[in-house]
Amino acid sequence: MTNKTTAMSKNRKEMLELLQEAQSKTGFLSKEAMTKIAESLNISKSDVYGVATFYSFLSIKPPGRNIIRICQSLPCHYKDGQTVIDSIARELGIKPGETTADGKFSFTLTNCIGSCDKAPAMLINDDVHGNLAPARIAQILKTYK
Amino acid sequence: MPEKRIVLKNCEVIDPKRIDTYLEKDGFKAWQKALTMTSDQVIAEVKASGLRGRGGAGFPCGVKWEGVRGAHGLEKFVICNADEGEVGTFKDRYILQNDPFSLIEGIAIAAYAVGAKRAFIYLRGEYRYLLGPLRDAIRQAGSKGFLSHTDIEVREGSGAYICGEEMALMESIEGKRGELRYKPPFPTVQGLWQQPTTINNVETLMNVPQIILNGAAWFNQFGTERSKGTKVLSVAGDVARPGIYEMVLGSSLKEVVIDLAQAKNVKLVQVGGSCGRIIPASMLDTLLSYETVLSAGAITVFDESRNVIDIAHRTMEFLAEESCGKCSPCREGTGVMVNILEGFVKGTAAEKDIKILEELSSAMILCSLCGLGQFAPTIVMDTLNYFRSAYDERIQRVKVVK
Repeated sequence: MTNKTTAMSKNRKEMLELLQEAQSKTGFLSKEAMTKIAESLNISKSDVYGVATFYSFLSIKPPGRNIIRICQSLPCHYKDGQTVIDSIARELGIKPGETTADGKFSFTLTNCIGSCDKAPAMLINDDVHGNLAPARIAQILKTYK
Repeated sequence: MPEKRIVLKNCEVIDPKRIDTYLEKDGFKAWQKALTMTSDQVIAEVKASGLRGRGGAGFPCGVKWEGVRGAHGLEKFVICNADEGEVGTFKDRYILQNDPFSLIEGIAIAAYAVGAKRAFIYLRGEYRYLLGPLRDAIRQAGSKGFLSHTDIEVREGSGAYICGEEMALMESIEGKRGELRYKPPFPTVQGLWQQPTTINNVETLMNVPQIILNGAAWFNQFGTERSKGTKVLSVAGDVARPGIYEMVLGSSLKEVVIDLAQAKNVKLVQVGGSCGRIIPASMLDTLLSYETVLSAGAITVFDESRNVIDIAHRTMEFLAEESCGKCSPCREGTGVMVNILEGFVKGTAAEKDIKILEELSSAMILCSLCGLGQFAPTIVMDTLNYFRSAYDERIQRVKVVK
């Protein structure tokens, strides 16, 4: 019995990786993608949905091509993080939590990204940008297509 | 106490992309030495060194390994916790960027000691840029034959602070929501897939090769009676020189914050991030050790211009957002605290709010399932203790009209 349970739950261990992989293909987790994962692992769709919505880096809505995550935690906040947030909002014409009309950028606030020595900092996709200042924002955004 | 590089010995010395440069610096010599010892001897050496968990809890590493070694299971596992999510902490990022090989060697020794054939490194999603280099370092170690006993797999988190908690982390590796499990049973007995598991912080495992190579007695000479070795500190906030400092345990906060990081006009220091302790400027002589304050070594400095209530409110907002939601003292408690603290921010708080904060704190400390809920009230209790007037000033006084 113990053996069987262990073996079964080991298939399930693929779940987070499958979700991450599906998201990397289309940028988000569609209903179809989640259904497919549920079927392949032989678990319920609600279970997959539960996992997909637990993790802040997984998204069930289509985001922009590039995801900007600005750190809002204390070390960044007190290094004028808010002026950086404001300048990105101005540059893109959207508020945190929104996506630009051309689908180029999504912009969200996130918690500590472990770059406090370079505060204020943000992630664009997997790239870290530190020691940010409003004057540098436009130039950084230009490097993303 | 001075700076001393044990954990960071090879950082910015070797080329983290080339294992040969690590081998030139005695790389994997400790692993080779460990293989000439019995598992019990390796564990005895780590136990004798006094090495304690560097993730913050400070559990003796050798005792944990002994527990896993002696436990019965179908399989045993080693997990390296690289889900460094605590606000103000970036030491593990620095280590992974600069010396992944020492970590791999530490994991290989841990696996040998506890009898695990498989090991996992759980890397936070925010550090995805480290995933490729880390996997490459593992591949290089494997091709040199250093992973003959152990298979190391890197698993990636997806942006959940709570997954740094050991049980939530294991749930996440198992492909579930990163929610808490009740303890006991502890992971040493029933961890990953209910099997005996040792879960150690990156920095803890980084110490292991040095202990095996140089011996427990050598390691023992550094530190205080109950805190041996060094601690890697992440210093940020209102300091002239933010960054990573490795200090002998028992160093004072002042040495780090004032002498090294060159902070001026300090109002308070938060040691250990959002769940950590608050040390006012008048107490900068406080020593950093497991006996006093330490946690995972996040040192965030706030100068005189910062508002204590704002610090407490923002910290609580973070904790409320990151609470996994499984137990109500934490889920509801952090939410209620945010609301009450908001009253202090706006200046609409009532006299009774301080009493409510205190009562709620004791309920959360007593009844929460894990460290998040148990330590979430720390920021409120400590600021109330040291900066009571900041709260009193924000209470709305009702004028009695006669």
